[in-house]
Amino acid sequence: MLEVEFPGINLSVFLATMVVAAMPVLLAAIGELVVEKSGVLNLGVEGLMIIGAVCGFIVSVETGSSIVGIFGALLAGASLAGIFGLLTQYFHASQVATGLALTLFGLGLSALLGQSYTGIRPPDFPVPDFGFLSELPVIGILFFSYDILVYFSILLVIVIWWFLKYSRTGLALRAIGENHNAAHSLGYHVTRVRLAAILFGGACGGLGGAYLALIRVPQWTEGMTAGAGWIALALVVFGSWRPFRVVFGAFLFGGITLLQLNLQALGIAINPAYLSMTPYIVTIVALVVISRMGNQTSIRAPACLGKPFDAPK
Amino acid sequence: MLQLEPRLENSRIWIVATPVVAVLCTLIAGGAMFAFIGIDPIRAIQTIFWAPLFDPALSGYAMPQILVKAAPLILIAIGLSIGFRANIWNIGAEGQYIMGAICAGAIGLAFYPLNTWYIFPLMIFAGLIGGAAWGLIPALLKTKFGANEILVSLMLVYVAEHFLASVSLGILRNPDGAGFPGSRNFQQYESASNPELIAGTGIHLGVIFALLAVIIAYALIRFHKFGYYVNLTGKSLRAARFSGINPARLTIICLCLSGALAGLAGMFELTGPAGQLSIDFNVSYGFTAIIVAFLGRLHPIGIAAAGLLMALTYIGGELAQFMLNLPSAAIQAFQGMLLFFLLALEFLTTYRVRFKLKRDA
Repeated sequence: MLEVEFPGINLSVFLATMVVAAMPVLLAAIGELVVEKSGVLNLGVEGLMIIGAVCGFIVSVETGSSIVGIFGALLAGASLAGIFGLLTQYFHASQVATGLALTLFGLGLSALLGQSYTGIRPPDFPVPDFGFLSELPVIGILFFSYDILVYFSILLVIVIWWFLKYSRTGLALRAIGENHNAAHSLGYHVTRVRLAAILFGGACGGLGGAYLALIRVPQWTEGMTAGAGWIALALVVFGSWRPFRVVFGAFLFGGITLLQLNLQALGIAINPAYLSMTPYIVTIVALVVISRMGNQTSIRAPACLGKPFDAPK
Repeated sequence: MLQLEPRLENSRIWIVATPVVAVLCTLIAGGAMFAFIGIDPIRAIQTIFWAPLFDPALSGYAMPQILVKAAPLILIAIGLSIGFRANIWNIGAEGQYIMGAICAGAIGLAFYPLNTWYIFPLMIFAGLIGGAAWGLIPALLKTKFGANEILVSLMLVYVAEHFLASVSLGILRNPDGAGFPGSRNFQQYESASNPELIAGTGIHLGVIFALLAVIIAYALIRFHKFGYYVNLTGKSLRAARFSGINPARLTIICLCLSGALAGLAGMFELTGPAGQLSIDFNVSYGFTAIIVAFLGRLHPIGIAAAGLLMALTYIGGELAQFMLNLPSAAIQAFQGMLLFFLLALEFLTTYRVRFKLKRDA
């Protein structure tokens, strides 16, 4: 595991740590991207992440295997998102309100579940052995020093990019997000596709949370996501609903988080409270900049984002 | 086969019945949750909902406390509900609450140890301004640049929390506090304190203001043009534009108004029940108020009832924590569950459930 002490000194260590710091929001954001592409706005990412974090942690500790824990987190995230899907897609509940409920419920439930798990260290997460490759200067640290989830996530992003751009189902999903009435009259199952996207997004959110609790920190503390889910939501906007831009945004965000932590550790003469604010302020600034560029088609939100769908009878 | 059919008009019965049914469902599901974590569900629910009101040994303490907790919840939720009606989503009330308290506290401490009549009104004003200013940021970013107000207002909660930490450890720290973090205690500073108006009732100025807010909001929504604008914008933005409403101005008004009320709640909390600015000054009233607003169906009187109910769960939860070792987080999960049931049942007001044999048309 990389230590976060003074990586400001070594650029390649800093970049490698940045990748790890970016992972939780990256995973949650890429899941939410798919959800939003299908025209659904799930504001419950924070709740999904924290539930994934606590469930992943508990399962890991109880089974002694962090891999099993990851599956626990995936399942937990998808289940919680399932409630959201049920309420918004079948009970016609407001997406905004239900998403908020998801976050509030997730924060409460996770605190309840995780009570007796604070201060425990989870089992170590496997890091693949690249042999001599990881010994190489710079390249070894930059490319061959991570846990398997990092490689998996990069692969996931590529698959999602391909899925949305080239696959038939991906095209249907995007069509549903752009104009659900037209997609419906073409015979696509709007509700079903959206539910699938919501479940997938939930699993990704759960995974992101688990990454935080099992690898990034690694520990369970109440409310440990500290707004990461909301930042993931902002990243989707920042990345203008494109997978690789979201990745770029996540790395940028990871870098800023890390930089302010390093500055705090170095004892720079800035109030640590102000440094801790920077990730949130930067997120706001990024949102403003992107929103300002507004209606260019290349960065436009899916046209049916957040709109309820009523199948014509 | 079950089928949903849109109603032509919202069902009046279900508008009132939904929250009641949702509470009942939550009691059942919450009971199951309590049983799951090894706590007798009947006793837990009895302790949370019955004991604070009707147990003679406890109600003397609990009843005033319910008012103390309900006041900020109602005050904040009233402000939020007006925006929510117009689809303006301020979910950063927690941050506005903090900033209101910090501004009010700073004004109060600036006058310390002077005792005069005008300090407290000035602090009320500062609380309103602090909260409104914090709400103005997402409003301006939304109207000028189109930045999503949900995300911006939420991000500002974290900024406010860190700011609170910095001032309560720094510039507003009690100089006579032997180095302990936190400001001077306002309860001990006569001109800046917000004591109980009638001893033993829990009624402080914040409770009075919450009541006033309910009445004014009711009048505003029922009788004033502004209430009509808000409702129309929520129903159809296009229709609102055609009838001459300026959506940008409405966004600014709604966010500032809800921010101001949240700041006011923070001010009363600081000078009364909380006493001082410290790192853990805020206790999620701003987020719980979102549940209160929805539970009250965005209606002022509903919100008053919902605020009291939510306060009851807080106090009952504290009792259950004390008497049954119920974890404090259980109450939070319980409240979230309530919101879920409410949202799930909401469709009953706008849809009619029909049993139909499946027959393909």
